[in-house]
Amino acid sequence: MARPLRSAGWVRPVPALTVLLLAGPVAAGLAGALLPAFGWMPALGGNALSLDPWRRLAEWPGLVAAVRLSVVTGLGATAISLAITLLIVAALQGTRAFALVTRALAPLLSLPHAAAAFGLAFLIAPSGWVARAVSPWATGWERPPDLLILGDPAGLSLIAGLVVKEVPFLLLMTLAALGQVSAAQRMTVARSLGYGRVTGWVKTVLPAVYAQIRLPVYAVLAYSMSVVDVALILGPTRPPTLAVQIVDWMGQRDLSLRLVAAAGAVLQLALVLGTLALWHGAERGLARLGQGWAAGGGRGRGVDKVARPLALGVAGLAGAAVLLGLAGLALWSVAGLWRFPDLWPASFSARHWQGQSRGVLDAVRTTALVGVLATALALALVIGALEAEFRARARPSRRFTALVYLPLLVPQVAFLPGLTTLALIVGLDGQVVAVTVAHLVFVLPYVYLALADPWRAWDTRCATIAHSLGAGPGRVLWAVRLPMLTRALAIAAAIGFATSVAQYLPTLLLGAGRVETLTTEAVALAAGGNRRLIGVWAVMQMLLPLVVFVGALALPALLFPRLKGMRA
Amino acid sequence: MTLELDRIAITRAGAPLVALSAHIAPGEVLTLMGPSGCGKSTLLAALIGALPDAFALSGRVRLNGQDITALPTEARRIGILFQDAVLFPHLSVGGNLGFALPRQTPDRAARIEAALADAGLNGMAERDPATLSGGQRARVALMRTLLAEPRALLLDEPFSKLDAARRAQMRSFVFDRARAKGLPVLMVTHDPDDARAAGGAVVDVRGAPVSL
Repeated sequence: MARPLRSAGWVRPVPALTVLLLAGPVAAGLAGALLPAFGWMPALGGNALSLDPWRRLAEWPGLVAAVRLSVVTGLGATAISLAITLLIVAALQGTRAFALVTRALAPLLSLPHAAAAFGLAFLIAPSGWVARAVSPWATGWERPPDLLILGDPAGLSLIAGLVVKEVPFLLLMTLAALGQVSAAQRMTVARSLGYGRVTGWVKTVLPAVYAQIRLPVYAVLAYSMSVVDVALILGPTRPPTLAVQIVDWMGQRDLSLRLVAAAGAVLQLALVLGTLALWHGAERGLARLGQGWAAGGGRGRGVDKVARPLALGVAGLAGAAVLLGLAGLALWSVAGLWRFPDLWPASFSARHWQGQSRGVLDAVRTTALVGVLATALALALVIGALEAEFRARARPSRRFTALVYLPLLVPQVAFLPGLTTLALIVGLDGQVVAVTVAHLVFVLPYVYLALADPWRAWDTRCATIAHSLGAGPGRVLWAVRLPMLTRALAIAAAIGFATSVAQYLPTLLLGAGRVETLTTEAVALAAGGNRRLIGVWAVMQMLLPLVVFVGALALPALLFPRLKGMRA
Repeated sequence: MTLELDRIAITRAGAPLVALSAHIAPGEVLTLMGPSGCGKSTLLAALIGALPDAFALSGRVRLNGQDITALPTEARRIGILFQDAVLFPHLSVGGNLGFALPRQTPDRAARIEAALADAGLNGMAERDPATLSGGQRARVALMRTLLAEPRALLLDEPFSKLDAARRAQMRSFVFDRARAKGLPVLMVTHDPDDARAAGGAVVDVRGAPVSL
């Protein structure tokens, strides 16, 4: 007998429940796409299996372009985001610029994709700040040029919009991984052998770090291939991306188009799986080449001279694009008359804020309600699952982590249409409950990613001491562990809330147009192109999670104003 | 109160690590010495019921004749002090002591203040533990352990992080109070001075006497 047996208590079933709540909707949604894709949808009178939906999908003239777009934007956005992330870490780690970059990460992470995309769109549009800054003196443009920059058929602006949001995510994941692979030691060894900073990092640290960030990279790839809201704002329109077209079919009055949408969803899933396999194969090839390269002994000291300024430039450019974009959104929301090519509005007006105030406040209420509910549920489940792991004295389960990633690896557009159909059948569509459960599927993984490391890094001697003082497992959890982890819990909650605020597709589909959040309303304005209106909604969409983030960072000092140990 | 280790044996993957029988009388200190990694701390973990799964334990642990081998940590009433004080950072000094004091204790504030006075820390109940010196933290940790009314005391190299001057003070502070309360003490250390100050028997993890 190794130790006295103690009942795990209420937390014992939580890991299984968590997996069920994550995998259940994904599996049900995929089934709900697979069956209609082959014509089986009794609600619409489809009782016989047929290939008709596939035939109609193949007849869509945009199919080839949409498939190409999905693969190109996915691979492009992922490769560029990963390259920028690794360049920044390899070249800048340990510098003051790096400390600045790390501090900017948390607020950047809380920024919804749609708000970042709108900001970028306002910046690079033919009538945006970039064009204004060089007109007319350099370009001769007296009016916005007739250039297809936004929604270019190659998807370049879509890739740019994805990159500015995925780099912060991958950076955060890389930073977390660095601590686990003794990166500093490896670098000391490499540099004492005469290796340059960047070459040394790539040869000694990257292989270990990449193994740790592989799942996040796959999540970025799956997301970039199938994103809907960013594609609606920055992506091409004729034809749109496959994901956008699927959502369009889902919303048509002709219900038979839902069968075509289901076939499209299955195709999207197959595309993502195929591209993930391609990426995985490329990883192996590169790893094999890399081994020979690393063993070749090249010190690459000259690389640093180029890599440092390059990393600084890229990080600065990405940061400036986001900041200027957001500033542009805010300025447009209060702009009166603003002629091209003026850099600044000629007059200001609060008219759009006043006109939208009622709608905005309603949307804030709904957004906050869904966000708080989904975050609270996710926190409870994640805490329960981690506590169950602790009480069972189990090692972190790799299978559990992989299952938590599942909703991030299966494209939203592949399983949410099917899930919506199921909600429709049981009469839950358009209800806050359905939207909250759908949000939970995406909020929970991020809450888990944010909380798991600090939870496991907690000094378990505190539990031993508390037990030896007579405290049972419940008291250790509530009176010792949770209060000590206040900071990590608050940040995890803020990340969860921001994830919920940013959700477009689950809100749109499960909400059936009746649950209106800041994100669904803002994205709905994209096609209209009224910049002042978009400015108002996008600013609110950006502010809500930001306010929560600032509150989360301030929480430990508010709760424990006189305890220094709680602020670290 | 007596602490009895009845043919305690700890193995790891079948390999024997600790094999020890001992009878520690009230107020007596048994010192366990040996190089790091020999299983000293593992034995303490076993005695409080927090042995990692990689180890297997046989034998019985008795406190005042009661077999406590199968009890969870919180039901054993064995106090433990580590080389770090491990004060809870989210509680004030008084809060840390209050955490240990049994719930139904009357006059909690007075008891806490009395414990602080006993440790030469008068009026420090509201202090942030992060602002205390190493010696002060060690004394708070001891008072916290004693307020939970333990029936035995385990010391895991509790003086090794203190500077030389404080170490002697803290040793007599701990041993005096354990003796006054009649607690059996098991101390793990690799410092011969600790063992000399304790004054009791000194053995290694196999129960063989160690000469200082």
